[in-house]
Amino acid sequence: MENETRVAISSSADIVTARQQGRALADELGFDGSDLTVIATAISEVARNVVMHAKQGEILLRAVQNGNKRGIKVIARDEGSGIKNVEKAMQYGYSSGKGLGVGLPGAKWLMDDFEIETQVGEGTKVTMIKWLK
Amino acid sequence: MHVPILKQGDCLIASVQSVLSDADLLQLRDDLADRVGQFRSRGVIIDVTVLDVIDSFATRTLRAVAHMLKLRGAETVIVGIQPDVAFAMVQLGLTLEGIGTALDLEEGLAYLDHVPRKNLKHGK
Repeated sequence: MENETRVAISSSADIVTARQQGRALADELGFDGSDLTVIATAISEVARNVVMHAKQGEILLRAVQNGNKRGIKVIARDEGSGIKNVEKAMQYGYSSGKGLGVGLPGAKWLMDDFEIETQVGEGTKVTMIKWLK
Repeated sequence: MHVPILKQGDCLIASVQSVLSDADLLQLRDDLADRVGQFRSRGVIIDVTVLDVIDSFATRTLRAVAHMLKLRGAETVIVGIQPDVAFAMVQLGLTLEGIGTALDLEEGLAYLDHVPRKNLKHGK
C-alpha cells in the first residue's frame, strides 16, 4: 500500500514529469477531471519553485488515508537556500524576482492541506494534500 | 517539444501538439517573435487545446508573447483553453487580461477578422 513515486527535479522537463506522474496517481485514486487538473497544476507550481530557488530537489507522491478520507499527498523537497520570510513568500503576488509570485500561495489555494517547513541554508519542504470528496 | 507554426494568409497559427515545458514555452515565444517579422503577420493564433495544465509560468509566458507581438504589430488570440484548465486557472487567480481568447480555432479566426485592422485577409 505504501508505494511512493519519487520524481527527481532539476529541469523544466522534470516539472512536466512530476505533474504527469501526480495526475496518473490521482487518477488511480479516483479523482475526477477538474481535480486532476487542479492537482497537476499545484504540483507544477511547487516543482517550479524547486527548480527556480534550489536548482534541484524531488517530488514525492503517495496515497494517504485518514479514517474514511482518502487522498493524495505531494511533497516537494529541496536542499536549497530556504525561505527567509515564509509569510512574505506566501503572500499572493509577492515575488522574489523570478516568478509571478503566485506559485506557493496558488498551490495552497488549489489543495486542501498545505504546510511549508523551511530552514535558511538547509532547504524547504512543502507538503500538500488533496482529499477525495 | 517543438510547436509547429503555420502561415495562413497574414495570420500565423501555432498549434501546440503536446505538453510544453517552461523551456518549450520560451522557445515558442521566440519563434513567434521571429516569424511575425519574417511573414509580416498581423494576427497570431495560439491553439492550446492539448495543454492539460496552464500554470503561473505558462500564463505569464502567454501574456508576454501577446504583448511582445502587439509591439510588433500583431494581435494574438489564445484558443482552446479546456474547461478544467480554466477552472484551475481561476482558482490560482490567473488571468489573461488584455489578451484575446476564443473557444477554438474557428472562433479564433473569426475573432481576428473582427479586430479592426487594415487589409487583413486570411488566405484561402
